[in-house]
Amino acid sequence: MQSKRNLVRLAVVTITLVSGLIATPALAREAIAFVGAHLIPIDGPPIEDGVLVISEGSITAVGTRDRVRIPKDAQIIDAAGQTIMPGLVDTHSHVGGGWAADRSAPIQPDVSVYDSINVRDSGFRRALAGGVTTANVMPGSGHLMSGQTVYVKHRAGNTIDEWVWRDDGGRPLGGMKMANGTNSRRDPPFPGTRGKSAALVREQFVAALDYRRKLEAAGDDAEKVPDRDLAMEALLEVLDGTRMVHHHTHRHDDIMTILRLREEFGFRVVLHHVSDAWKVADEIAAAGVPSSLILVDSPGGKLEAMHIGYESGGVLEKAGAAVAFHTDDWITDSRLFLRMAALAVRGGMSREGALEALTLAPAQMMDLGDRIGSLTVGKDADFVILDGDPFSVYTKVLETWVDGDLRFDRSDEKDRLWAVGGYGAGQPRAVGGCCQRMEEE
Amino acid sequence: MLHRVIVVIATLVCSAMVMAGDVAVRAGRLHTANGPVIEDGVVVVRDGKIVAVGPSATTPVPAGVEVIEAAVVTPGLIDAHTVVGLAGYLNQDTDQDQLETSEPVQPELRAIDAYNSRETLVDWVRSFGVTTLHTGHGPGSLVSGQTMIVKTAGATVNEAVVKPAAMIAATLGEQATRDGGKPPGTRSKAAAMLRAELQRARHYLDKIESAEEGETPDVDLRLAALGRVLTGELPLLVTVQRHQDILTAMRIAEEFNLRLVLDGAGESYLLIDEIRESGIPVIVHATMKRAAGEAENLSMETAGVLDREGIPIALQSGYESYVPKTRVVLFEAAVAASHGLGVERALHAITLGAAKLLGIDDRVGSLEIGKDGDLALYDGDPFEYTSHCIGTIINGERVSREAR
Repeated sequence: MQSKRNLVRLAVVTITLVSGLIATPALAREAIAFVGAHLIPIDGPPIEDGVLVISEGSITAVGTRDRVRIPKDAQIIDAAGQTIMPGLVDTHSHVGGGWAADRSAPIQPDVSVYDSINVRDSGFRRALAGGVTTANVMPGSGHLMSGQTVYVKHRAGNTIDEWVWRDDGGRPLGGMKMANGTNSRRDPPFPGTRGKSAALVREQFVAALDYRRKLEAAGDDAEKVPDRDLAMEALLEVLDGTRMVHHHTHRHDDIMTILRLREEFGFRVVLHHVSDAWKVADEIAAAGVPSSLILVDSPGGKLEAMHIGYESGGVLEKAGAAVAFHTDDWITDSRLFLRMAALAVRGGMSREGALEALTLAPAQMMDLGDRIGSLTVGKDADFVILDGDPFSVYTKVLETWVDGDLRFDRSDEKDRLWAVGGYGAGQPRAVGGCCQRMEEE
Repeated sequence: MLHRVIVVIATLVCSAMVMAGDVAVRAGRLHTANGPVIEDGVVVVRDGKIVAVGPSATTPVPAGVEVIEAAVVTPGLIDAHTVVGLAGYLNQDTDQDQLETSEPVQPELRAIDAYNSRETLVDWVRSFGVTTLHTGHGPGSLVSGQTMIVKTAGATVNEAVVKPAAMIAATLGEQATRDGGKPPGTRSKAAAMLRAELQRARHYLDKIESAEEGETPDVDLRLAALGRVLTGELPLLVTVQRHQDILTAMRIAEEFNLRLVLDGAGESYLLIDEIRESGIPVIVHATMKRAAGEAENLSMETAGVLDREGIPIALQSGYESYVPKTRVVLFEAAVAASHGLGVERALHAITLGAAKLLGIDDRVGSLEIGKDGDLALYDGDPFEYTSHCIGTIINGERVSREAR
């Protein structure tokens, strides 16, 4: 028993050491200045004839041409006629074919999608072609709690360990995927009704609170420390607010159930999909809970989505609630992520709000708002270069940069295949052929 | 009593009549689809038919006719292949009538027996300017049934119908195969079964042809339906994605001298010469269709490539099994326009080009005198995501008004 605590400490130290060794992405060292672009910084008004300077993977200057001093040794890139905005942040994606919980139980907090992501899936390439630079890769919605999600940056690297976002201690960052409504209803041990769904969730959170009480009661007394329970530990991260709940939900009553459970247990939550958001926008805003929306071409496809429309973004915005968008890739195509925000504008959302909902708002919903989501000095050099207005159907993503590295270049034949499709585009990363590490491509 | 009968009959006749209205539309930009864009143009519709089209300065609007204004006006849009009206938006077993899986070959299934004219998605696509649908039995069985052509207005299918039988729908490739040892289990078996059915239908037609009076064979609805593609009355619509399956469809069409329409045709860009020389038209997959499974290699540039090579094309919303339950052909054309097809040709592919491919260009597809008064009204470039459709007119009646 004595060794239990030490074992925990050892594990943490090991994780930190290992991640310290592997999480050193190749950063572009020399300064690069993009000159003459239309800049959309998000945290301030658009800048005409702007200059963006990046160095060692970070943004070092943003402003008008007459205000920004370009370092002498900087590489100058003429970006006249182009639009530069922050890399798109997707709060909800299934690229990489990752899966977490299996069919054995409706609540599986200790299972992580981290252990199943295929980084060579062509979906990641398509996401970069759409301007996505960070995504919350989620398990599915067929469970009340289908496991831990992982925040992935699409940086140069060969393994998931290099792609994943980490905290200062080197621990991978991610949330907890939950769902209510019809997707998680099936034969026992899964719930058969909405009431049972909520009851099962309550039962697990109550158990986690008991586990915490036992830990606290034990204090330093090793004899009393309960056996480690990884599922309970993950639930405690949720209850402590260090692991955000990303909650699939559609119907207005299911949305209210989440707000009620949150009230009871105090977890932090982002509502996902939220088809009926327009019906309970004031309630969502009053709770101060952010929403990540998906907009699709037509209503229906399932009973819960019968009232989904293009209006929810504008309605939530007017109610004062935080709004982001997500692809739910493969439900919608990451290559067309900008289109979703444009449809929200069509449905009444402000242009500014819709741009923020692709960048800073989703970054904040993943607690990454101080690192990414705007063209701000000190933030990561994650950005997208467009050949026109972000909301125009005729606009193309020309380049996607991550950590100061050019990760997608439409003028490159191979990258173009990921952007528009064609023969071989469906193959999982076979295009590079044998023996090439991904960061070398 | 006689009076009441007459009233009832009159009511019945009226309700079965297609509505027809008088209206004039003045457009900042008028796309006629059969000529150059007219700046500040006018279209006049009387009794549901177009009676005048031209610049507003020289095209008078008869007194008393309502004038609707819009920034941009196009012919009513045509979705060249969909399952809207048969595949309901709720996606429950009870509202899914686009695919009957009990048998692999059922050409006798008629779309008109399943089309729900009041389905939510009919209203939905109409609110984006779509006025004509080629809809019916969908992909997924070797021969799934018949398709039809309808307008997106009309309380009943009788009011909506343009062509009760348009094509016979078939599928080749993995999507046509079945699990559990049920035939067809392979690509080749699917092709062999299709050949056998066509051969049977040919014998049936021959027997009818050569029968002595009073000795005609018993009616076989299945073979009679398939016989309509052998006589050339109906095209065979074959949904295929892989290049080898496209060639199989073309091979069978040649063997039986069928009118073939290729549907989907994800890898058709590998067979440009073969398709062009055959003269076969292609209803290209939805531009934003998911690149997965047999369609993993599809390209958003295919429509543009085929069109440039002189292959007749039209665009479609296609079939969706989940969310979104349907795509909107306006949006599919928009993305094709921005991926090499260009605005004018993309518009052509969902108006006159589609009408010609479907054989309905005597009625719809362009703004010409004598054609149906079907128009789509927009507050800007119809293809821009942030524009709105502000009205849809069918047979001179305004059937959608809300800005969407």
